[in-house]
Amino acid sequence: MNLLMIIRVAFRALVRNKMRAALTMLGIIIGVSAVIAMVSIGQGASASVQAQIESIGTNLLFVSAGAQNVGGVRSGTGDTGNQNLTVDDLEAIKREVPSVSMVTPSVNARSQLVAGNMNWNTNVTGVSEQYPDIRKWPVATGSFFTDADVRTAARVIVIGKTLADNLYAGADPIGQDIRVMNLPFRVVGVLAAKGQDQQGRDQDDVAFAPYTTVQKKILGRDRIQIAYVSAISQDATYTAQSQITDLLRQRHKLTANEPDDFTVRNMTDIAEAANETSKTMTILLACIAGVSLLVGGIGIMNIMLVSVTERTREIGIRMAIGARSSAVRSQFLIESIVLSLTGGAIGIVLGVALSLAIPAFLGWPTLVSMMAIVGSVLFSAAVGIFFGYYPARKAASLDPIEALRYE
Amino acid sequence: MSTTFAVETHEPAVVLGTSAPEARPVIQLDHIHKTYTMGDVEVHALRGVSLTINEGEFVAIMGASGSGKSTTMNIIGCLDRPTRGTYILDGEDVSQMSKDERADIRCKKIGFVFQGFNLLSRTSALENVELPMLYLGVDAAARHERAIEALNAVGLQGREQNHPNQLSGGQQQRVAVARSLVNHPALILADEPTGNLDSRTSVEVMEIFQRLNRERGITLVLVTHEPDIAEYADRVIVFKDGKIKSDHPVEHRRSAAEELKNLPVIEDEDEEDE
Repeated sequence: MNLLMIIRVAFRALVRNKMRAALTMLGIIIGVSAVIAMVSIGQGASASVQAQIESIGTNLLFVSAGAQNVGGVRSGTGDTGNQNLTVDDLEAIKREVPSVSMVTPSVNARSQLVAGNMNWNTNVTGVSEQYPDIRKWPVATGSFFTDADVRTAARVIVIGKTLADNLYAGADPIGQDIRVMNLPFRVVGVLAAKGQDQQGRDQDDVAFAPYTTVQKKILGRDRIQIAYVSAISQDATYTAQSQITDLLRQRHKLTANEPDDFTVRNMTDIAEAANETSKTMTILLACIAGVSLLVGGIGIMNIMLVSVTERTREIGIRMAIGARSSAVRSQFLIESIVLSLTGGAIGIVLGVALSLAIPAFLGWPTLVSMMAIVGSVLFSAAVGIFFGYYPARKAASLDPIEALRYE
Repeated sequence: MSTTFAVETHEPAVVLGTSAPEARPVIQLDHIHKTYTMGDVEVHALRGVSLTINEGEFVAIMGASGSGKSTTMNIIGCLDRPTRGTYILDGEDVSQMSKDERADIRCKKIGFVFQGFNLLSRTSALENVELPMLYLGVDAAARHERAIEALNAVGLQGREQNHPNQLSGGQQQRVAVARSLVNHPALILADEPTGNLDSRTSVEVMEIFQRLNRERGITLVLVTHEPDIAEYADRVIVFKDGKIKSDHPVEHRRSAAEELKNLPVIEDEDEEDE
């Protein structure tokens, strides 16, 4: 009896019990589609983080005031109350570190913006004229403010797309005045639209003014929380990082055993950390989905055991008629493999469909992974063999005389 | 000579006038013992059974329960092995064969008909009859053709696609007979084939057996506890206490075909062709 015939016999046996076969397969269908959908979500998140980081620019470095050491992880973006990163420090970085091409401080002021009878609450960020080049964020209309505007602390402002839409509703904002803290700022440019970021925040809900203006006119203090530094190339980021660290330690007169009172991070590290995070998330999601696949497999074993008991007489008939033990074993094993593989196939279709539907319904990016598909097929076949083997062996070991007598 | 039937090859359905069976032994049991161990107790089911059944014979095996007739049937049917003694089936010593070897022997040389029909449920008559050929490795076209032919031989043309639950008991048993025929076995073993049937249907089934025996020279072993059913055979062997008590030809053999002519026909829609 060849394999093809055994497969046909197995198929026929399953078709005879459609409802049961369908319900048993459901476990595998849910498992496989869950694995595929979950891995797609994870991979999608990972890809979009990656894309976002690349759009920011991989030769970007962050210099921030203060040093935090939480669980061995240094992060300097928190407000530590230290006032140890100054404009002079940044000027020195620009002047003395050869691997650095551009520098901008970034000072935030949450403010109410008023234009005519419209108003809007947003962050006004004080930056230097190099900000659009460092962040690779071009101006759509008008222009960014200039070196001279920064030096003279001019009341000029560049706004994001969201602001332009909300304050001016289609009208050209260039040359108009926006009042920030009751001071009029002239709009000189509108930035290109960026859309939402990974967390769903609107990246176009922003306004930029010269940092000197923000420090003096809005905040009334000259501390710098964070600065963006652009290295001359991606390869130069690590050199730049260590050179900046050396320079700042020297300028802050830190002795060898004192810790840094600032933090320098580069985008490559952040990209790797983000990648690590999304990889962990993907594995976690896949594992949870994998558990449901395992449960599906146990469902198959359960049904196959019931089926063997229920069909004891059939097994007896087949054996009496001349089926070898191996033919009976193959029949039941193939039945369970057919169940799990058919379930797997439906699961793949469902999983891929889910992965394609998720961005539309939940707004999460997904990326259907070939590896997840191949992996689920192999896994569901393995489930079929693993959980089908014991019931199949049980069927094959039956004694035909006993089996025929079974009521 | 024209009376020789090669059981391994297919024969045309109608060959008449082959009444004298030639003396080629199909079953040779030589001092068969079967002992079961149940816990600490040894049960001697068979205590030295010797028996020869020749090709073309129609033998009825009788005996009370516990007489050893079922054990004998299991051994003859290669479902079980003797504890001692030799069993030569169709020229081959099968007494010490492994489970798989016996499965192959059952597939090629033995056709089974059971009391409870033992058809696969939710499977058409045709597929049920095709089943033994599946295990023999017959290709699909030949399987189909031979199954149709076997169903015709038992008078079930037109019932090919019916499932067992759509057939009467007699029809189900005829499907089982067709199934037993289909691999051209050396021997058909029928275990209480009329046990679940009413008297008219019993006669109908016996008529098929007699016809197959007469026309195709098929060797038949029939296990029954009904003396009147045993009279359709040409030889009756009676078992008692694990031994053969008597073994003699049937003097006034009944002809099922003759009896059917005299029986009032109970016309139900399933019994149209006789």
